[in-house]
Amino acid sequence: MSFISYLINGISLGSVYAIIALGYTMVYGIAKMLNFAHGDVIMVGGFTIFFAVSMQGFPSIVGILLAVVLCTLLGITIEYIAYRPLRQAASSLAVLITAIGVSYFLQNMALLIFGANTKAFTSVVTVPAIKLAEGQIMISGETIVTIISCIVIMIGLTLFINKTKAGQAMLAVSEDKGAAQLMGINVNGTISLTFAIGSALAAIAGMLLCSAYPSLTPYTGSMPGIKAFVAAVFGGIGSIPGALIGGIVLGIIEILGKAYISSQMADAIVFLVLIVVLLVKPTGILGKKIKEKV
Amino acid sequence: MKRLKLSKNAKDNLITYGIVILAYVIMQIMINTGHISSLLQGLLVPLCVYVILAVSLNLTVGILGELSLGHAGFMCVGAFAGAFFSRYMQNVIEVSLLRFLIAIIIGAVSAGIVGFLIGMPVLRLRGDYLAIVTLAFGEIIKSIINVLYIGKDSSGLHFSMKDSMSLGLAEDGDVIINGAQGITGTPKDATFTIGIVLIILTLIIVLNLIHSRDGRAIMSIRDNLIAAESIGINITKYKLMAFSVSAALAGMAGVLYSHNLSSLMATPKNFGYNMSIMILVFVVLGGIGNIRGSIISAVILTLLPELLRGLSNYRMLIYSIVLIVMMLFNWSPKLINLRKKYSLRRLFKKTGEVR
Repeated sequence: MSFISYLINGISLGSVYAIIALGYTMVYGIAKMLNFAHGDVIMVGGFTIFFAVSMQGFPSIVGILLAVVLCTLLGITIEYIAYRPLRQAASSLAVLITAIGVSYFLQNMALLIFGANTKAFTSVVTVPAIKLAEGQIMISGETIVTIISCIVIMIGLTLFINKTKAGQAMLAVSEDKGAAQLMGINVNGTISLTFAIGSALAAIAGMLLCSAYPSLTPYTGSMPGIKAFVAAVFGGIGSIPGALIGGIVLGIIEILGKAYISSQMADAIVFLVLIVVLLVKPTGILGKKIKEKV
Repeated sequence: MKRLKLSKNAKDNLITYGIVILAYVIMQIMINTGHISSLLQGLLVPLCVYVILAVSLNLTVGILGELSLGHAGFMCVGAFAGAFFSRYMQNVIEVSLLRFLIAIIIGAVSAGIVGFLIGMPVLRLRGDYLAIVTLAFGEIIKSIINVLYIGKDSSGLHFSMKDSMSLGLAEDGDVIINGAQGITGTPKDATFTIGIVLIILTLIIVLNLIHSRDGRAIMSIRDNLIAAESIGINITKYKLMAFSVSAALAGMAGVLYSHNLSSLMATPKNFGYNMSIMILVFVVLGGIGNIRGSIISAVILTLLPELLRGLSNYRMLIYSIVLIVMMLFNWSPKLINLRKKYSLRRLFKKTGEVR
């Protein structure tokens, strides 16, 4: 029985990773850059909800909306100020370092405003827990909300990309920027939209993550950020179903590794599985194989 | 007298060595005349460590052209191997310099071997996939060292992955690597002079490698993998060569680092991916592939947070803003054009040609 509850916990954690990984994968697919600051946008989302709900006493739905709006604006601003000028830069490493700079900036801003000590985050989820199998398995409200939001987001995003004009524009830009521009697509606008969606998802992920693990520091987002990036690579970076699979597999491995092998080695096991997968399939589970032509 | 003729490369290299030696002489004079704060004096060895790390990572990122985010892992291997040796041999080899030199060799060799073993499967991957796998390896190395227990007693060495009790040491036993508590009581053998000597050694190795036949083969892989392969360059061999030399040098820096601290622990702060990223920042800001730039940016970026210490809480914020602005200024195509337009050379019309 404990195995099943570990499995459910793993799926729940994996759903959060999947939502974060979506942000990475979309931005990577369209701008071909690793957005290292993505994890810190999660942290900003968490702090916004903490500020609005715990410190100012707003209802939690207001806090969540506020976090989504703020993170969306933050994502667009970061892209405009820090990443756009470097899009044509000679080295792709330049924008990576700028992203690291933005990550430091967000962390230290939060450090200045909220201080370094850990904040106790009050869960914003009010769904009651479910008991199964005569009370032997308990699924917490946070878990239910996390898994449902992950499914809703996945379906919504897939529909958005395949059925709407803006979504098709995103696909076109990720395929070939120059050709997309010739077809009359606003490339800059499309990239901004991608960052906006990714950051809004980060805010939701921040809400879910902090509700499940209720401690908030300026560095809360960085490790889940890295793990979610691993999940994105694992599933094949640039692929949306890949992010889902990668996130959930990673979450399950992490929780089961913690439970059955060693809590200290859980991260190492996650990374080891990633390495093995990449060595067998160098572009991730669902990644497209790119053939190089001479 | 025959005038010494130097090639452009040799001149360039001599300038680099000169800068390091000049910096050393100036620092020595300042130390001896007492014009240096104790804070800065404490920073001298870490500065050497970061310079070596930056130069060695530049070999992977700039010369081989592969992004590695696991450099701190190799540093970690070197640091622990070296510190372990020094602790083990503390009472056997009394001469501290000799012991430290052997520790450096052991640290460098073990990091080099780890680099070789990791590089063999991993270097098949390219670009961001390679980056994430090196990051993963760095984290794995850190995790393994955090659960590693090694002790010695009269019957030899004991290993365990559980805790220090399960080592089963005899009465006279001594736990050397104590899991998450790491190694304590490493002799403080690292000095600024040894640090500078190691920097020069690193420079000799890296600069000679770059300007050798092997180095040109490595750079040809960076510039065009397929073309390099088609003219018969052994891709795997040269990639591994650059990667393991870079790892070994990082291990050397790790030994220097560990012998500057009395207690060595593998925390996310000193050997985690944040450290690897910090070294990468040195390399990119100094100029990818530019060895001298790496040295200068490592020194400036290490000193910057300390110089901003007066601003207390704002210093890391300012550091991050400086980092972003410098990157934009250095790399943005628009700003580069703007700089060319208003460059001093152009304003004074000394030459018609603008670089």
